[in-house]
Amino acid sequence: MSQLFFVYFAGMIIAASVLVVALKNPVYSALSLLVMFFHVAGLFITLHAEFLAAVQIIVYAGAILVLYLFVVMILNVKQDDRYHSQWRIAGFVCVPLLIEVMVLLSGGAETSTTGPRAALASSAKTIAPDNTLAIGQTLFSTYLFPFEVASLVLLVAMIGAIVLAKREIGEQDNPNPMVRTKAAE
Amino acid sequence: MTIPISYYLILSGVVFLTGIVGVLIRRNIIAILLSVELMLNATNINFVAFSDYFRDLGGQVFVFFALTVAAAEVAVGLAIIIALHRSRSTINIEEFNLLKW
Repeated sequence: MSQLFFVYFAGMIIAASVLVVALKNPVYSALSLLVMFFHVAGLFITLHAEFLAAVQIIVYAGAILVLYLFVVMILNVKQDDRYHSQWRIAGFVCVPLLIEVMVLLSGGAETSTTGPRAALASSAKTIAPDNTLAIGQTLFSTYLFPFEVASLVLLVAMIGAIVLAKREIGEQDNPNPMVRTKAAE
Repeated sequence: MTIPISYYLILSGVVFLTGIVGVLIRRNIIAILLSVELMLNATNINFVAFSDYFRDLGGQVFVFFALTVAAAEVAVGLAIIIALHRSRSTINIEEFNLLKW
């Protein structure tokens, strides 16, 4: 049963991510990214990470993707989007990486059944049934300092986005602010 | 019947490579940022799979931080795109060749 779920989620994730790259209209790309986010959330549920599945849907699908769609519609891009001339470099980079991944996985596949999972199963460490409680306790004890740093990152990103995206003060009504200040004096 | 960890690695590798290909071949900046999101999600799948595999919640906490960084990256990246579009009135990546040698 879990294999059925995995095959479904993995297939949909791969198909949606290929569509993100392949579709020419950015709105369609963003919508197939939405499909991919939902299926990643489903995969998280099968991996006993229910809290992260909820956060994935709320933050990624609810906030980040809406931001993307806003910008796509603000900019009103015309559909002259062809593929980049760097596709040869892309193939040159990605084909060896794919081969490397296959070699690594085929080498490590036979040892994976007797890996750390078997060693850890004997120890008393198990994932708590209440995933949100366990994540909260881990986050506020072991990872307290990174958590604070993450909040600082968000603050810096917010200020940076405002500074980058806003117009210069007085840009709209007067293209040359120096003249205006002299006239005001 | 559990899924072997290597299946999750293959899945996240394929998604990550799709993201790399998207960054390299797309000419629309917004599509490039969407491909970066693909790569971040591939690493998240890896983190959660290993967190389940090792029975350790640290992986899930790191996904949380990756999510934070992704949100910050999207905010700053889209602000940069808006500023670029305002100064050049295009978002085709080949028009921005100021730093190209």
